[in-house]
Amino acid sequence: MNNLQALAQRLMTLDDKITACMRCGMCKAVCPMFGASGEEADVARGKLALINNLAHMLLDDPQALAEKLGRCLLCSSCQASCPPGVEIMPIFREARELVYNYLGLSPVKKIIFGVLLANPGLFNFSMRLGAPAQGLLFKKNDDVQKTVCAPMFNFFLGDRHIRPLAKKPLHAIHGHLDEPRKENGVKVAFFPGCLGDKMYVEMSEACLKALKHHDVAVFMPTKIACCGIPAICSGDVKGMLKELQANLKVYKDADFDYIVTPCASCTSTIKELWPEYAARLSPEDQRLAEDISRKTMDINVFMADVLGVKPSEPKRGAKKVTYHDPCHLVKSMGVTSEPRAVAKANPDYEFTEMKEHDRCCGCGGSFNLFHYDYSRKIGQRKRDNIVDSGAEVVATSCPACMMQLEDVLSHNGDPVKVKHTMELYAESLD
Amino acid sequence: MLSQGMINDIEELLGKENVKTSEADRQTYAYDSAVLPSVTPAMVVFPPTTEKMGECVKKFYEAGIPMTIRGAGTNLSGGTIPDSTDNVVICTEKLNRILEINVNDLYAVVEPGVITQKFAEAVAAKGLFYPPDPGSQSVSTMGGNIAENAGGLRGLKYGVTKDYLMGIEFYDSTGALVKSGSRTVKCVTGYNLCGLMIQSEGTLGVISQAVMKLVPPPQATRALMAVFADMQDAADAVAGIIAAHILPCTLEFLDNNTIVRVDDFTHAGLPRDAGAILLIEVDGHPAQVADEAEAVEKVLKANKAVAVHVPKDAQEKAKLWEARRQALPVLARARPTTVLEDATVPRSQIPAMLKAVNEIAAKNNVQVGTFGHAGDGNLHPTFLCDIRDKDEFRRVENAVDEMFDVAIKLNGTLSGEHGIGTAKSKWLQKETSAGTIEYSRRLRNALDPKHLLNPTKMVEIS
Repeated sequence: MNNLQALAQRLMTLDDKITACMRCGMCKAVCPMFGASGEEADVARGKLALINNLAHMLLDDPQALAEKLGRCLLCSSCQASCPPGVEIMPIFREARELVYNYLGLSPVKKIIFGVLLANPGLFNFSMRLGAPAQGLLFKKNDDVQKTVCAPMFNFFLGDRHIRPLAKKPLHAIHGHLDEPRKENGVKVAFFPGCLGDKMYVEMSEACLKALKHHDVAVFMPTKIACCGIPAICSGDVKGMLKELQANLKVYKDADFDYIVTPCASCTSTIKELWPEYAARLSPEDQRLAEDISRKTMDINVFMADVLGVKPSEPKRGAKKVTYHDPCHLVKSMGVTSEPRAVAKANPDYEFTEMKEHDRCCGCGGSFNLFHYDYSRKIGQRKRDNIVDSGAEVVATSCPACMMQLEDVLSHNGDPVKVKHTMELYAESLD
Repeated sequence: MLSQGMINDIEELLGKENVKTSEADRQTYAYDSAVLPSVTPAMVVFPPTTEKMGECVKKFYEAGIPMTIRGAGTNLSGGTIPDSTDNVVICTEKLNRILEINVNDLYAVVEPGVITQKFAEAVAAKGLFYPPDPGSQSVSTMGGNIAENAGGLRGLKYGVTKDYLMGIEFYDSTGALVKSGSRTVKCVTGYNLCGLMIQSEGTLGVISQAVMKLVPPPQATRALMAVFADMQDAADAVAGIIAAHILPCTLEFLDNNTIVRVDDFTHAGLPRDAGAILLIEVDGHPAQVADEAEAVEKVLKANKAVAVHVPKDAQEKAKLWEARRQALPVLARARPTTVLEDATVPRSQIPAMLKAVNEIAAKNNVQVGTFGHAGDGNLHPTFLCDIRDKDEFRRVENAVDEMFDVAIKLNGTLSGEHGIGTAKSKWLQKETSAGTIEYSRRLRNALDPKHLLNPTKMVEIS
């Protein structure tokens, strides 16, 4: 049996799931990628047809399938509104794993996911080496989002307007943090995520400030690895499992009631994907991952449901703020009211809803790296909705979304600031 | 076979980005929502302007290449599945401009790729109303709606797409531009080609522009939901409402199988033990709406309604209708394959038809859930099966055959709104006559001498 046949056979294991697609095409209404490209192969119905065709040996071009599978933000908008309830995201993740492995992961991705992100020490070291050198490479943009661009690195970074790396990452500021329980007795493991550790340090500090305000004890080890979502999206399950094992080791004997994260993508990965992928590790690891999953909470949910943070009446002359729903919170976990409650808890802000608030911003993690043109196009629609809302600040609950929103707003020269809901809340605690 | 020279020509005409020739891309334009085998076209083109679409048609005509015109690819009768692997698919999705919404003269002009729901929203933003609302409206295109004469929930009172088509422009099979109808209410200039193009399923021309009638929106609406212990009572109530000379804007029906599954998905709080429910909405002047709602309630109670609910607010009402919209897709969760039919009978025959559908399903040992537009007699018996189980699928096909026989006997029709395509062409003569088939073929032969426009659809020409 040749290799392609073997790949087809493996894809046939998805047949039962794919058959559930009735080809109604409703995914076209919500898919951000289809909205930008207008190509049927970019929408779930088209991709499922192609996976199915390769499984049935009606398509003999795995490279083409890999390219099509990559043109997806994995935002799960399609799955959330799929009438027959096809498990689209699990199908896509598994198809990526099978097809990308068949073709071989690109060497750059292998280093990033398999080596760098799985080794917190090495990752942290390389990023700290990089941070001081940024001044030479990056040019500040004159914008309210405080982004920079890198003309010298256009070939790699394109025309992105991004936040510079923090001068000092979060873990270097705080070191290994393991506070004793305080008066209210609650202790959380704070998982800042890669972006919360290295880029949006102010956001993480805002979270820590709020936790401190509520007398919540914090466990934050320095050796946290990446949650694994970039590796999973790249079909690199080996890399993901390395990261997962590194993380399980850190949390194994630690004492905490909840893991809270300010990153929607990290939350959904830890909650939904760690137990699923830990099934490939030892039974002990699987039990641990399931236990952690149960304890994992988006930080807004923790603030609202556990600490009882409530909306307040806006003061006169309050600034208008709107909220962008990160896909990883709204589509799979249905978290919508808690982040709004946290944002509204600051009376200096008056809340206003934007149109299509739950439509994907177009970041999609590594999607942005490989399909920047589409990412920008999708982001522009989000930007238009933000600007139309008249808000001075757009809040969200995912640093990946923040990065994307800052990029599109900066490019348009809009005076709208991007903040995490926890930053708004922390401001109210001064 | 498509020559490289032709591909180059078309790429030059439309721009490379508007021409898809890779195997993977072509395979995603090989299907629509019908339960039929895929056929991969030779090329897919996306004309960026209607003029360029006309030039494409001319080139394909000259080269003798068959064409399948496609909007969103959501039709349920196979009308947008290519006839053969030699076909070119002309996709209208990039022709998506609303050219005009005229609030004084109550019409709008659209390109064929405008999405139905976006059109309806744009019209509503100008204070007017475009009533046709097919189930696929969030993705379906206006061109596709015209080519299939799409219906929806509001057919009983407001009619269907054909009742809103005032004027049309299209390219004939040779690529010549044809215009008919106008922006005026009255127009008797030449043949009424709007009538010819509506539900022509891409066989008589390539629609490039349409003038659609708009109406003032109703000032008030009132919704009611009635619960029945028995399906027959609900059907009698439908007949009763029509007999009382009330035309609700929507009068929808869900059977028990459908109710339970929809409630599982939407958590709309539907009565899960009901034999059937009717969802009714009356609209118009506030005083008339109040009178009619009262009269409808009386009829419902006289026909053994167990309960009559009036949604408390707009949100509750929207939830109720959302539940109905989800009926088909939700039934699809039950089994891998969903065969959705749209047999339609005169309203007074609804009870007989519903009874027959259930008997036929039982006799053939197949699962069926029925919902639909009971007010206009258009039912959607939905057969749930697994196409990979050959024996089961054969039983479903038998059941469908028998169901059509009954529909025709009751003076009904094969298809209320999904079209014939290739899915139902074999039954067409049974409902009409041998002469009808021949007449249609002669019409097609005259207008499409090279047999290029969707040649195997409706009545095959070859």
